[in-house]
Amino acid sequence: MASRLQALWGWFDSRMPTLGEQWRIHASEYYAPKNFNFWYFFGSLALLVLVIQILSGIFLTMNYKPDANLAFGSVEYIMRDVSGGWILRYIHSTGSSAFFVVVYLHMFRAMLYGSYHRPRELVWIFGVLIYLTLMGEAFFGYLLPWGQMSYWGAQVIVNLFGTVPFIGPDLALWIRGDYVVSDATLNRFFALHVIAFPLVLLGLVVAHLLALHDVGSNNPDGVEIKKLKGTDGRPLDGIPFHPYYTVKDLLGSVVFLAIFCAVMFFVPEMGGYFLEHNNFIPADPLKTPQHIAPVWYFTPYYSILRAVPPLFNSQFPGVLAMAIATIILLFLPWLDRSPVKSIRYRGVLYKSWLAAFVVVFVVLGYLGVKPTTVWGQFGFNAFFLDTKEVATWVARLCTVVYFLFFILMPWYTARDKVLPVPERVTA
Amino acid sequence: MNDQEKVDHTRRNLVVATSVAGGAAAVGAALPFVASMLPSERAKAAGAPVEADIATMQPGELRVFEWRGKPVWVIRRTQEMIDSLKAVVPNLTDPQSKSSQQPGYARNEFRSQKPELMVMEGVCTHLGCSPQLKPADAKSEMGGDWVGGFYCPCHGSKFDYAGRVFRGAPAPTNLAVPAYTIVGVSELVNGEDQEGKRT
Repeated sequence: MASRLQALWGWFDSRMPTLGEQWRIHASEYYAPKNFNFWYFFGSLALLVLVIQILSGIFLTMNYKPDANLAFGSVEYIMRDVSGGWILRYIHSTGSSAFFVVVYLHMFRAMLYGSYHRPRELVWIFGVLIYLTLMGEAFFGYLLPWGQMSYWGAQVIVNLFGTVPFIGPDLALWIRGDYVVSDATLNRFFALHVIAFPLVLLGLVVAHLLALHDVGSNNPDGVEIKKLKGTDGRPLDGIPFHPYYTVKDLLGSVVFLAIFCAVMFFVPEMGGYFLEHNNFIPADPLKTPQHIAPVWYFTPYYSILRAVPPLFNSQFPGVLAMAIATIILLFLPWLDRSPVKSIRYRGVLYKSWLAAFVVVFVVLGYLGVKPTTVWGQFGFNAFFLDTKEVATWVARLCTVVYFLFFILMPWYTARDKVLPVPERVTA
Repeated sequence: MNDQEKVDHTRRNLVVATSVAGGAAAVGAALPFVASMLPSERAKAAGAPVEADIATMQPGELRVFEWRGKPVWVIRRTQEMIDSLKAVVPNLTDPQSKSSQQPGYARNEFRSQKPELMVMEGVCTHLGCSPQLKPADAKSEMGGDWVGGFYCPCHGSKFDYAGRVFRGAPAPTNLAVPAYTIVGVSELVNGEDQEGKRT
């Protein structure tokens, strides 16, 4: 039996040696640092969620109707009448939130261990582009159920483009394909969600992985393992990705899927955070829901948008701030001037700024799901207070800290007292 | 080696010219794709004026009518609502509606043809949500100095009973007033005024 299989493999290998070669380059002879920790699960988990989303998405498409009159009903049809339809939809909706959970943790890992540093700038840039594409993909998908949140979310986001000076109104019109969010908008968002953006996403994922495998993985110590090689030419601190990390990631997948299934079966709506309550009401162009907030993964940026007051009679500054808040991530490799990569050998300055960044990101995210009146009003009047809402001022403060983290980075990372980095990885 | 470095200028120029022509063709080919995303003829054709019967409206009542897919509000303002318009002036971004959109006959302190009848688009000038009526007794929610008006649930902009935006809100201008005609005492045509001019 084994010899038969070997013969079959030999038949393929002699006709298409690329197969075996790629397997060796990307798995069996790809040497990854031996000291990967918990944080290194999220890359492979993101890939797993991508597969889950594509699979569940294909089968949802078989019963969904991208028509303003039929869309809402077809989603309810999937939930009630299609065999196993409810499970497909909950896989897909839980998957979208899970995607952002693992991507946020994956990005934070890169910030912890300086994985965007030279020579991994391209890996990071492709990663940020994946994140931005993912945001678009999630936004287009959110319109498809044609519920109240779908409709008003799309209305707001499309109007963001309408605030761009000069070309804004025409741009928004072009995106919508109509003067209001309508059937034309739904139809094209469907096309973008199921074809265009997934293709872009897949291409970027391939680029991300190829760029990574060319330069090799970083690790929690931020040590370049390629610098020290054994007599066999293999990095002393490296182990083959397969079987060592394939097995480790398999374990991570099992734990992840257990949590994923628990959410999917017991709390698929996650109390209104994964599937918002108002989205179970069909879209009504005449009435915005009482309380409107984007899905949780967009709320930090939404808070920034809401915090910036209009300047020069235009709401564009807020939109610009929100856009810059995401785009600025692309420049991280050049903003960070630290001689060391990993947080383990950084000084107190960077650690404090990173901690502050995490705090303001979470606070902005929290405020984004709440109305601006959530923390009441200041009891006093001051000339500079254009609004007395405490939450708006906290959001403004957090927005300033968010940007200072990046803008001051060249200064505080260069100035920070760093510890000596060891030659070899630790533990 | 030297042979390879010699450039055949005729061939290179041909390659450049072909590339430029090909690039121009690619841009041209992209045009129908981009154009297909513009509003279709059918979408452009929609948008005729609508008629709304307001004969049975009670003082303080708000009615919503659909015009061009957008909500248009008609409010029969009470005397208190009209009085509140003066009180809020110091807190407004654009009290004179100088940088806001309205027909000439609505460019006054009431932003309407008749003080008691307010017509405006219920579309926030920030990012297009539809604000909600918050009467003066919504103080617990809107703060102690609230005299009544509208609140946008999306980004927290506040407006008075004439759709004028309060300072500190993300909305830059007052709610737009569409062209409208009051016919007799009972009905109202929206989207078209006496000169037949459409907004």
